[in-house]
Amino acid sequence: MNIKPAVVSSNKQTEEKRQSFLFTLFKRMIMEKPLGTFGLTVIVIFFTAGVFSKFIMPFPIKLVDLFNVRQPPSSKYLLGTDELGRDVLSRLIYGARVSLEVGFGAMTIATIISILIGATSGFLGKTIDMITQRFVDVWMSIPPFIILLIIMSIIPHNLFTMIMVIGITVGIGGARLIRSAVIRIKSEVYVSALDAIGCSKTRALFRHILPNIMPAIIIFFTLGVGGAIMQEAGLDMLGFGLPPGTPSWGIMLFSVWGIWAAFAISLTIYGINMFGDSLRDLLDPRLSGGVGHYSITAKKMKRLKEKLVKSI
Amino acid sequence: MGAYALRRLLWVPVTVILTSMIVFLLVRFIPGNVIDVIQAQMAAQNGGTIDRAAIIKLLGLNVPVYVQYAHWVTGIVLHGNLGTSLISSQPITPMLLQRIPLTFELGFLGILVGFIISIPIGIYAAMRQDTIQDRVLRSIIILLISVPNFLVAYIFLYYASVIWHWIPQLEFIPFFTNPLGNLGMMIIPAIFLGTQQTGGYMRMMRTMMLETLRQDYIRTAWAKGLSERVVVLRHAMKNALIPVVEMVGGGIPILIGGAVLIENIFNLAGTGRLMFDAINQRDYPVISAITLIMSVIVILGNLVMDLTYGWLDPRIHYQ
Repeated sequence: MNIKPAVVSSNKQTEEKRQSFLFTLFKRMIMEKPLGTFGLTVIVIFFTAGVFSKFIMPFPIKLVDLFNVRQPPSSKYLLGTDELGRDVLSRLIYGARVSLEVGFGAMTIATIISILIGATSGFLGKTIDMITQRFVDVWMSIPPFIILLIIMSIIPHNLFTMIMVIGITVGIGGARLIRSAVIRIKSEVYVSALDAIGCSKTRALFRHILPNIMPAIIIFFTLGVGGAIMQEAGLDMLGFGLPPGTPSWGIMLFSVWGIWAAFAISLTIYGINMFGDSLRDLLDPRLSGGVGHYSITAKKMKRLKEKLVKSI
Repeated sequence: MGAYALRRLLWVPVTVILTSMIVFLLVRFIPGNVIDVIQAQMAAQNGGTIDRAAIIKLLGLNVPVYVQYAHWVTGIVLHGNLGTSLISSQPITPMLLQRIPLTFELGFLGILVGFIISIPIGIYAAMRQDTIQDRVLRSIIILLISVPNFLVAYIFLYYASVIWHWIPQLEFIPFFTNPLGNLGMMIIPAIFLGTQQTGGYMRMMRTMMLETLRQDYIRTAWAKGLSERVVVLRHAMKNALIPVVEMVGGGIPILIGGAVLIENIFNLAGTGRLMFDAINQRDYPVISAITLIMSVIVILGNLVMDLTYGWLDPRIHYQ
């Protein structure tokens, strides 16, 4: 009699493990989350527009045409001209670059700071954790927008300072998120095993803990970019953001034909949020179906079970 | 519960003291600064210069930083005196006391609006997970938070005044004089303030609902043959709601930040507006005072949230 082994598809499992993490993620995103894919497309489009802005712009951003001030869209100036006769479309394209620079730059700094503070504090535990958390709590008690306003009223306004300021403010707040992710992992067996084999704390942090909190970090990063862009727009509105005249979407909102900038900002943040949301759906281990080295998607699980039932 | 509450309570004074220190330092470490601004102001007003030493003495800047801090703190704790405004030379405490209720009301209404919008949608989206309704509702909510709320408020005011010839009530109606009038005034800014948070609430509600609906006791309820409405509303919702309520506490700082913008746009005489004016005029005592008060409110709010959370969730008792 043929006795089939109880574990039917260990081969399938290893087969899935061999596919890279990114590839599975990407595939699942396209198959299961159309809105997330839409969001990703939007981000990619604006990103490319920003990177290749020099080649796409029909007019230089500073070219002033005082004969054609505040014109509606025409065949020459595709989106109209602003109050100094500059082409709105070119400024919008360059604005993609500026806004995305602020968003991604600020979030990179924020993520680095969050990991440094949150992961170390969460991993090293007890006293360091307690003390660090007090300071993080204090920082989070002060409304972030107010911190931004106060700091920006002191320091000179340029792209670099904005990125640094938004980055640091968001970063210290995000430390709590990273810390809770680290604490969630700390109860796993392999973490105690790390200590048992004599792994140094630094090595443990960077080689073992960090890769396993990647989902939380990725979600924090993606969703934070949208928030950073909005903070920048808010600061611009109050006059505490980038210097006036910079072709940033936030500043363009309140000049003539600001509607295009409003559309651009809303679309970008919408795309980022949809993408981040779908990413969170795919990566959050608490919800059914995580994507990872050792996970099986819900559909595959169902198929496995059917195969098992059939084989018995 | 007792031990948890006690521990939680003990952290409050520590956090408050640390916050006051950081707020103080944040505003004091300014390059260039107060004296130059006052000098410029005096020059503009009287056309004369001012004795720098006298100003420094007047503002109390001639003592080391920690002494300044000590003066400030003792002033607050012992006399309830938050300082005097540099610009208007008015004491700050009465100013603040007058304006805080408005910001409070705005924030409260904002949270209420956010809740009313997001909770039912979150529950429904969780009940119909991954169906077209779920996706559409999620998209709409995310659209709500993607468009910057201050922008929509701005556009709304513009179009309302130009097209419908409507302007917001200019003179403020206090709540106790005329509740309906007051609410009518505040509801529109509150809507704009609240929509900022709906995304977070809805997402959290949906996630928590999804998690709760997979619990064993819900499965028992289904097995008993209870209708969907009873299972969701009577059993699942209450448990799923707890983390969302905790999230409200975390959202208070962001709400305050949003209030600064909204109060500015709708010209409401609240603390946010005062803060903005103070920052514009570099009125440092006012800036420190408001930031401190707002931070203390946030800390106390978090305390209340945590204690409520500990009280509502029986699992916390056994810590």
